[in-house]
Amino acid sequence: MAVKVVDRSPLNFWEKTYMPQVLGGLKITLDNMLRPKVTLQYPEERPTIPDNYRGVPTLVRDPNGREKCVSCQLCEFVCPPKAIRITPGDIDDSDENAHVEKRPKDFEINMLRCIYCGMCQEVCPEEAIFLQDIYSVSGYSREELVYHKAKLYELGGTLPDQHYKWDRKKEAEEKVAAGGHH
Amino acid sequence: MDSLLLDIVIKVIFALLFVAVIMSLAAYSVLGERKVASWIQGRVGPNRTALPGISAIPVLGPQLVKLGIWQPLADGVKFLFKEDPLPGHVNKLYYCLAPCIALVPALTTMVVLPVGQYMDGDVVKPIILANVDIGILFILAFGSLGVYGIVIGGWAANSKYPYFGGIRSSAQMISYELAMGMSILPVLIWANGPNSGLAGLSLFNIVESQQGMWLGVWMPIPAFIFLVSLYAETNRLPFDMPESETELVGGFHTEYGSFKFGLFFVGEYAHMVIGSAVFTILFLGGWNFLPDFGIESLHWLSDPWALMPNWLGGPLSVIYFIGKTLFFVFLFMWVRWTLPRFRYDQVMTLGWKYLVPGALICVVAYAIIIGLWDIAFAIDQTPAIVE
Repeated sequence: MAVKVVDRSPLNFWEKTYMPQVLGGLKITLDNMLRPKVTLQYPEERPTIPDNYRGVPTLVRDPNGREKCVSCQLCEFVCPPKAIRITPGDIDDSDENAHVEKRPKDFEINMLRCIYCGMCQEVCPEEAIFLQDIYSVSGYSREELVYHKAKLYELGGTLPDQHYKWDRKKEAEEKVAAGGHH
Repeated sequence: MDSLLLDIVIKVIFALLFVAVIMSLAAYSVLGERKVASWIQGRVGPNRTALPGISAIPVLGPQLVKLGIWQPLADGVKFLFKEDPLPGHVNKLYYCLAPCIALVPALTTMVVLPVGQYMDGDVVKPIILANVDIGILFILAFGSLGVYGIVIGGWAANSKYPYFGGIRSSAQMISYELAMGMSILPVLIWANGPNSGLAGLSLFNIVESQQGMWLGVWMPIPAFIFLVSLYAETNRLPFDMPESETELVGGFHTEYGSFKFGLFFVGEYAHMVIGSAVFTILFLGGWNFLPDFGIESLHWLSDPWALMPNWLGGPLSVIYFIGKTLFFVFLFMWVRWTLPRFRYDQVMTLGWKYLVPGALICVVAYAIIIGLWDIAFAIDQTPAIVE
């Protein structure tokens, strides 16, 4: 094994006075002092949130205003901390979205349990739940931090839709009914 | 009789002005300390305290808030309104007396501190409360009294850590007072030399004698020894043995709270401001603008204030002096956030083994140098004392 000889020569006069080290230290702190500050003045300045940020899970509507969740409950089953609870409900026949058949009567996300893993978003076949850019969650009670359906849609807003899956399905069915071929 | 009364009234107003300036300098150096600390550590520092009304002024108001200008006010009010605890186990009289003893000497020394100059006819006079001819002795004597506040506070608190703090403080004070006193001797030898034409220990004479060259420039080692001793005497890092919060909790002020602690705190900063001012006077030419190298035609360079009318020259000399002082206040803080604390035995070693002998050597060396200088250049101007 190679032996590395460390230089242990005695300190010279200047080193013994500590002054070079002291002056060097003063220079370092001065440099540090004059360096521009990177502090973000939080309540006034907000951080820029990247696109793939996993914030608070929210429910979204499609551009036609239809709520996208069909209460399939996959997110409820996949949710690792069991933060989601869905009460499924039927859509009334008189409703213009009656062909979708189901939507949640209530959709609860317990923000005290949620771990922001994003599995609900990943598993959702309807692209109805998204972890968006909201990162600051607070409330005065436990009850207040269980987000219900109305609040979740309010936070989620409307996102663009690429598929219009249910509209196209309805169109296709109508075509079949009108005698066209499938 | 009337003129005497007027004299007294003017002196009282002047004294109140002095106290106000020194106290606000002390208060704002607390803010300065916090700001410098945060800048050095890459933070922003206090920038929230806003005064209703003034902070609403556009542009200026928010800028002042950002600088934390109102923070000392808030700190003071906080100290005033906090509960003032009086622990059951303390010696009540001395416990209450100690913070005052810590603050009073700092404020007393400013009596003999010249802060500027004005022209009285053709004669240059200092702006000073009492131009006593033992100025520097007075400052050394009273400055060292400040340690009594710490020692008495540490003892009266009647618990272990404050007691340690007090003991350390007194040992440190004794060690560094010697080096400090001796490092000033070359300055006094120079200031009383024949070419200054003046005599006495008054600080005004010392400033006047530095018009040719600031003493700190050609007496760097005494200046350095004085500065180090000053740090030790004001209990600032790297010598803050009495407080050393990592070992002694808070040292001498462990048992203190609210306004009594505030007094200790302001006392420390007042000491710092006064100490910086004394250093500026002794080694940095006081309010002299720049050294004139003893050349008569360049005299305006060292003393431009004398050429101006009094209403301009006087305040400008004071402002220039305060500027120099504030640089040293900044140096105090800069050093504090750079150097770690010495170990207790290192403090003692440095004081007794290096600074005291060093100061002694300096006294002898500068006595010889100044003696030769006087014989070579200034013997013909020598006043009667030598003859």
